[in-house]
Amino acid sequence: MAVGLSGFAFGVTSAGSGLTVLQTCALSLLVFTGASQFALVGALAGGGNPFTAAAGAFFLGVRNAFYGLRLSQLLALPRVVRPFAAQWVIDETTAVALAQPTRRGVRIGFTVTGLSLYVLWNLTTLFGALGAEAIGDTDAWGLDAAGPAVFLALLAPMVRTTAERAVAGLAVVLGLGLLPVLPAGVPVLVAALAAPLVLWADGRRRARTAPAEAAGERDTVEEER
Amino acid sequence: MNIWIAIGVTAVGCYAVKLIGLLIPAGVLERPLVQRLAALLPVALLAALTAQQTFADGRVLLLDAKAAGLAAAAVALLLRAPFLLVVAAAVLVTAGVRAMTG
Repeated sequence: MAVGLSGFAFGVTSAGSGLTVLQTCALSLLVFTGASQFALVGALAGGGNPFTAAAGAFFLGVRNAFYGLRLSQLLALPRVVRPFAAQWVIDETTAVALAQPTRRGVRIGFTVTGLSLYVLWNLTTLFGALGAEAIGDTDAWGLDAAGPAVFLALLAPMVRTTAERAVAGLAVVLGLGLLPVLPAGVPVLVAALAAPLVLWADGRRRARTAPAEAAGERDTVEEER
Repeated sequence: MNIWIAIGVTAVGCYAVKLIGLLIPAGVLERPLVQRLAALLPVALLAALTAQQTFADGRVLLLDAKAAGLAAAAVALLLRAPFLLVVAAAVLVTAGVRAMTG
């Protein structure tokens, strides 16, 4: 349901950003990872060049590598099958697969979720893009707010700790502050540096204020291995 | 043409990172620092993108009906509304404010 709605919202946003129906559908078929697709059409609409726009979308897609890592151990697929399974390595399939108790269940869960979401995502993208062309001025219907609302909904469960809030706050300041002075698409990439910056500051603060505590944490990490 | 280049580069890049996860040996990405960075990177990108797409048009900063729409979405999120309602709230409030302010 949520995927169907975001697929529709993506189709509308993409067509509203000036992409053709064909380009919009190509993105959903070939990229198939929602946040990256929204980021790409947003960057293109803002006048970014194709490579900076693609870079932002790429960095958002990096999380899928970590999902793939978890999944490869659970799915235990033969090497020849992996290139075909890879396109379905996304948030939702990972969540469903990880919740299954047996290897058979993991494989079935991954395949069924992957296939049904792939079909749903692409169909709703098509309907959204056609719908946007039909109604013309999507802004009058407030549909340009759908993209950022989707981002906000994705972001909300990720900001719990102080470090996560600091990263989000710094990224907003960098992303908006640099917008008028840097070429389109670049500020968002600079804002991504908020992540390593906060991580580095956090590491230094811990090392300085509580060396014993930091050492203790290292021990726990070692024990968990 | 530029748009097709962007689509091509994004498609190849996003497929590659998905495949890498399935192919590489487990140890490489399992260092705590790499894991923490991977968790924080989407936070930074999503926060910056949300802000830009709400408060900017191209390279110009502005405050328009979208800000009210996003505020409505934030309230919906705080009330633990489902995804559908969050996006619907943003769209409806934005359209409503635009219709009223002309």
